[in-house]
Amino acid sequence: MTADNAGARVLVDVDNITLRFGGVTSLDGVSLRQHEHEILSVIGPNGAGKTSLFNCLTGVYVPQEGSITFTAADGVAHPLVEMKPHNVTLLGIARTFQNIRLFNALTAFENVKIGVEAHQRTGPVGAMLHLPRMRREERDGDERTFELLDFVGLRARANELSASLPYGAQRRLEIARALGTSPKLLLLDEPAAGTNPAEKRDLEQLIRRINDEMGVTVLLIEHDMRLVMSVTHRVVVLNFGRVIAEGVPADVQRNPAVVEAYLGAPGEGDSDAAAG
Amino acid sequence: MTATSDISRPIGLSRTRQLLTHPTVRSFTTFVALGVVAAIVTGPQGRTGDPTYSISKALQPGHLFLWIGIALAFWLVLVAWLAVRGQVRAVVAGPRQQVRTVWGISYVRWVFYIVLIVLAVLIPREFFGEYWQEVTVTSIGIYALLAIGLNVVVGFAGLLDLGYIAFYAIGAYATAYFTGTLPVQPPFTINPFFALPIAVVACMIAGFILGAPTLRLRGDYLAIVTLGFGELITILAINLDSITNGSRGAFGIPAFTIHLGPIHYEWGLDILPYYYLLLIFIVLIYWLFHRLENSRVGRAWTAVREDEVAAQACGIPPVKYKLLAFAIGASTSGFAGVLYASKNSFINPSIFTVNRSILVLVLVIFGGMGSLAGSIVGAIVVQGFFALVLKNNWFDPADIYMYVGAVLIGMMIFRPQGIIPSKRRAREIGLAERGLGSADALAAPAGSPTS
Repeated sequence: MTADNAGARVLVDVDNITLRFGGVTSLDGVSLRQHEHEILSVIGPNGAGKTSLFNCLTGVYVPQEGSITFTAADGVAHPLVEMKPHNVTLLGIARTFQNIRLFNALTAFENVKIGVEAHQRTGPVGAMLHLPRMRREERDGDERTFELLDFVGLRARANELSASLPYGAQRRLEIARALGTSPKLLLLDEPAAGTNPAEKRDLEQLIRRINDEMGVTVLLIEHDMRLVMSVTHRVVVLNFGRVIAEGVPADVQRNPAVVEAYLGAPGEGDSDAAAG
Repeated sequence: MTATSDISRPIGLSRTRQLLTHPTVRSFTTFVALGVVAAIVTGPQGRTGDPTYSISKALQPGHLFLWIGIALAFWLVLVAWLAVRGQVRAVVAGPRQQVRTVWGISYVRWVFYIVLIVLAVLIPREFFGEYWQEVTVTSIGIYALLAIGLNVVVGFAGLLDLGYIAFYAIGAYATAYFTGTLPVQPPFTINPFFALPIAVVACMIAGFILGAPTLRLRGDYLAIVTLGFGELITILAINLDSITNGSRGAFGIPAFTIHLGPIHYEWGLDILPYYYLLLIFIVLIYWLFHRLENSRVGRAWTAVREDEVAAQACGIPPVKYKLLAFAIGASTSGFAGVLYASKNSFINPSIFTVNRSILVLVLVIFGGMGSLAGSIVGAIVVQGFFALVLKNNWFDPADIYMYVGAVLIGMMIFRPQGIIPSKRRAREIGLAERGLGSADALAAPAGSPTS
């Protein structure tokens, strides 16, 4: 896979970023590159810094050291550090959240439409006077929203309250909302967490379709190894804020450092057993 | 609780305890207590030198039992309602659905609105005496406009603004200035009509200056800052004697006049023409804000209100949208200030106290946060009630806020979404009651950026 991507453009270039909270170093000199159209997974035990990495990419956290550049649709490389989260979204990076963050009191349709409206330009005056641009944008927005609901298979539930949807549907709705902002890069933060096996299969397909049909690059944080191994092109493993391994899924799975990170070093386990 | 152990009884609950914690018994005790409190607060004024005078008079059997009786009457209504609630809802469900279907037809809505407007035009003219016409304009109309504006800030964007009346003052004083009734003379004097756009722009700028640094703050801090701003404006109006004429205020602010080609008209001492002018503005602003609510901008406000982090992830800049709501609210308040100044022809700082900011907030909460129709209904009900009390001298007008406070507490318990709830707000409250989010305008958006 890496060979296939060698010629592709680098979309995200995370260069040696370090993020600290007081005395705790959450990310310690992390570097990674993601190519266009690639599905990259970031895995690692709890507290390894995966979500911190996402928050650095989306402008929620500002790393103390290092740089992140993102090549937007216009072909220009933009530095992401210190950029406001909403500007990151407008640049073409959309995300979902580990603990679903939908707008609970709004319907599924309205949730997606808020995402779709990210790039619209109607302001208060246009909205109050129903200027032609507003009408056109409303019409286009409705159309696009229905397309996206169709895409994730929720069109029939468009008018239901997002909070009343089943868990897996909420996950898909959040993905549809993120896709509404027309991203080049989609960050999925544990999309399979809490879903049942059938929903996981749907999700696997959905991620493939997002990648193939929409041409969106996907960066995935996931604990479900089956999903990671089947859907991703390349895997980066984090532990204690550092990249400990990187490569195609099959290689990473056999990497002793990764096995150690997840299961503990053989020596450690022995001494624990001896102590116990 | 006696320690005699009876194994057959459920653990931890004696029979007396069970009886006392029964909902009906509990509400009965609560209402009796409420009756006693009501008897005391409605009792006579205290006397110096006789500290127990007020309370002993208030607790005389006749007075006390009257109030306990009233409280128990309310309790009976509540108990009866709880008993038949299920049946009533079942019976009403069918017709309610039909009404909804009919309401869905667009021309039905239009007919309804037109009937409402016709009634609004006719009722004060045909049925109201001078007192009630005056009330309709200065107490209800102006405050309905203020409430609609505050609703954008509090209801749509979820920002608690306790200094809202400051912008009303800015609008009123701007009118006084530009009509040449303040000690400082303007470069040119104008008709109050032209003061409308000036006040709107001035209040937008004031709102922007106040909002730009403070809207980055979370809920409670914003409330404190706006409270301070409200005080600041009042104190400035009192103390800048050479500019604002201090606590005497401005006199002789001219009435609205129109000179449009052959049309010449002056709003004089008659009340009704002001009412029609106000009605036109209220309908217009209502309509514009209604469109705003159901647009990209309105949805962005809802998004920011519900979850700021998720809103940002949808490309919505929260500070920009909060500032926008704040400025729109401020300019509506300023607009109302111009109308009031010109109608009343005289203003002074005592009109613009913090109490009034709270009053407008009460109207919004009463009518239903986020509901424009609710703002108007809230203004009619609360301000109409005030006027009724003042006219009939039911009790000391100084006590009025006490009763409003009591009604508001009752409202928060039994109908937190207001008289005419906004659809989105009602859902938020429903979800919050099930523990699925926060319906509080004050609360920080659910969760911190740490996701």
